[in-house]
Amino acid sequence: MRLKKLAAVTAAAITMASPVMAELVFPSLSYRTGPFAAGGVPFADGYADYFTLLNERDGGIGGELTRVPECETAYNTEKGVECYEATKGDGALIYQPLSTGITYQLIPKVSADGIPMHTMGYGRTSAANGKVFEWIFNYPGNYWDSASIMVKHALDMEGGSLEGKSIALLYHNSAYGKEPIRTLEELAEKHGYNLTLIPVDSPGQEQKSQWLQIRREKPDYVFFWGWGVMNQVAIQEAANIRYPMDHFIGVWWSGAEPDVLPAGDGADGYKSTNFTGTGTDYPIFDDLQTYVVDKGLAAGDGQSLGQVQYNRGMYAAMLAAEAVRKAQEIHGVSAINAAQMRDGMEALEVTAARMEELGMPNFGPEVNVTCENHGGPGMGLIQQWDASAQKWVAITDYIQSDREVINELIMEDSAAYAAENGIEERCN
Amino acid sequence: MIYREAGDFKTSYRKDSQTFPLKFDRVAYFVLLAVAFLVIPFIINDYWANAVLVPFLIYAIAALGLNILTGYAGQVSLGTGGFMAVGAYSCYKLMTGIDIFGVEFPPLNIFLSVIVSGGITAVVGVLFGLPSLRIKGFYLAVATLAAQFFLVWLFNKWGWAYNHSASGQINAPERSVFGIIVTGPETAAWAKYLFCLVFVFFVAWIARNLTRGAAGRKWMAIRDMDIAAEIIGVNPLLAKLSAFAVSSFFVGIAGALFFSVYLGAVEVGEAFGIQKSFLVLFMVIIGGLGSIFGSFAGAAFMVLLPVLLKNVLVGALGWPTDLAAHLELVIVGGLIIAFLVVEPHGIAQLWRLAKEKLRLWPFPH
Repeated sequence: MRLKKLAAVTAAAITMASPVMAELVFPSLSYRTGPFAAGGVPFADGYADYFTLLNERDGGIGGELTRVPECETAYNTEKGVECYEATKGDGALIYQPLSTGITYQLIPKVSADGIPMHTMGYGRTSAANGKVFEWIFNYPGNYWDSASIMVKHALDMEGGSLEGKSIALLYHNSAYGKEPIRTLEELAEKHGYNLTLIPVDSPGQEQKSQWLQIRREKPDYVFFWGWGVMNQVAIQEAANIRYPMDHFIGVWWSGAEPDVLPAGDGADGYKSTNFTGTGTDYPIFDDLQTYVVDKGLAAGDGQSLGQVQYNRGMYAAMLAAEAVRKAQEIHGVSAINAAQMRDGMEALEVTAARMEELGMPNFGPEVNVTCENHGGPGMGLIQQWDASAQKWVAITDYIQSDREVINELIMEDSAAYAAENGIEERCN
Repeated sequence: MIYREAGDFKTSYRKDSQTFPLKFDRVAYFVLLAVAFLVIPFIINDYWANAVLVPFLIYAIAALGLNILTGYAGQVSLGTGGFMAVGAYSCYKLMTGIDIFGVEFPPLNIFLSVIVSGGITAVVGVLFGLPSLRIKGFYLAVATLAAQFFLVWLFNKWGWAYNHSASGQINAPERSVFGIIVTGPETAAWAKYLFCLVFVFFVAWIARNLTRGAAGRKWMAIRDMDIAAEIIGVNPLLAKLSAFAVSSFFVGIAGALFFSVYLGAVEVGEAFGIQKSFLVLFMVIIGGLGSIFGSFAGAAFMVLLPVLLKNVLVGALGWPTDLAAHLELVIVGGLIIAFLVVEPHGIAQLWRLAKEKLRLWPFPH
């Protein structure tokens, strides 16, 4: 460990000593192949394009150019490890693996290597407790927030009571899909609904028996935790059995254009949570068009601008860039290192005014990160698919999740992690 | 010229039947061991350990295990992933301390945990090997496929196996051998590598000596013609079940190392799914059925080639990652087909032919 720290310090010293080499490196562990590429491609494009925009328009962040080396993981943990090892020596400032499986792999690794990881709306939910997870952040919301927001929306639809109603959770049978179960069980006690768990094995192309069960049991709501090809199949199956689409609510990873388009008109009315705006009606897209797409510098073909996952990738990049600015401000250097980046993330504050300045007014919730709270505000909205206009429409304002219930669960889970790994609480 | 037996006289049966009859081979073997144990640990870095050598060594153990069952004893198995999962979850339970019916066992040393998980996997392997006494070939393959799906389902469903963690993931805590950390995030690259290498060394040694002794001959007799083998006095029950036991023991060790040393956190469906069974089966087929060297060659081919291609296409040539990933599948797939067309007995047979040619060189007749 001492050797490793020494090596890290030397590496940092070398990067700082040679200003010509100094670049801000944001490795993108993307997946443009495999069963989850439908979500992975636009996200990676949005992430890369935002940094390209900063380079082209502003000359980087605080005068430092940015670089986004990509590494293909195919959503596979073994490849994820390979990618992490291949890129970490490169002066990586932050990791965003966009995979809960890879996140679990990397949590101990980045903590040992001292590189922050931002798992925006995915990953290990209890990482929201900054007292235990020093290097891991999951603002602006996590799975449990989404589960709670979905329950709140169902409450709204039922006029305030879910007593005696039934909710089925259709989930990807992996760490990702199992995350919300605890919260939904807890909320079931609070609100009195019955919860049925229906797992789908990865990658989720085969869901006939699950939908047969839904057809037979007729739950009042189906909550959906899918990703990649699983989303398209589920929405098609729901349309096939004529399940009322407005009672079928997905998590934010199950509500993008590629998920609903294959089902055509059948997908009309399908809902999902989201924490970013959709569409291209934000001033920043004009800049993206001029500086990135028209110059032929876009990571993709420029068609996915404004799509849900593209915007989310862009939002992730924006939060990272804002954290860099904060870190530069705190430490007074422009070429920051990973440890300084972490300080920037912990002091991050993205206000509505700041988002307006960035050309993204009301694009996402206001974010305020502290030492204790790495989980942000925990807000999300409900969006609904309009098949005739082929776009997502936000039907609610940002909803605050039931943090009372969630915080208790976060404390419980993170305390277990701390005990298992002998971590002392910080921020005291 | 240099690679031949001329002048290398054997004066005893013991010497005559040794593993490496040629002096050149013997020397090469010890040089290889010396490099692997004494040189590589000093020059290895995180990337080489985590992305290249540790997975190679672990897959080599798994391939050795499957090769004993499929290559030597002729019992086709598609349950490798499931058996690796048994090894991984046993190791997790052993290293974190088990309670069985209220009796608490303290956490076991990681070295012993890995070996005992191999033992547990051997027992499970024998259980699933029982049908092999009645069914053969494709039908046995389907029976082991059932084992694969059952075991993955079990470890997804059975909360006790993953200590009831919220996400069903198992995480390897930090454990050490002789004061040197070998699992967990603080592990040094060389420690990881050496820990796996020690296991590979002993497993390969045991496998080699088992397969050329009475046990191996029984397995091969069963593979070649089980009725004839029974007539000459081979007990098919013992031969088949011992093959399942030994094979599963090795596969279990591979699974335990895969989880504890290599990845550190796994979820069963992703890490030990049916793809893993196929991957190891491909290693065995490409490397060479019924060959110890073939297990290593197959593991190297399937693990190292994709990493090499990625580094060449993306790192050196600067191609887009998705194009490289797709092309990688095309190249690896094409090479597999080419190999099997040109040399159905795998890389091991190519190696054997190369050695024959070398013996005659430069005067082939």
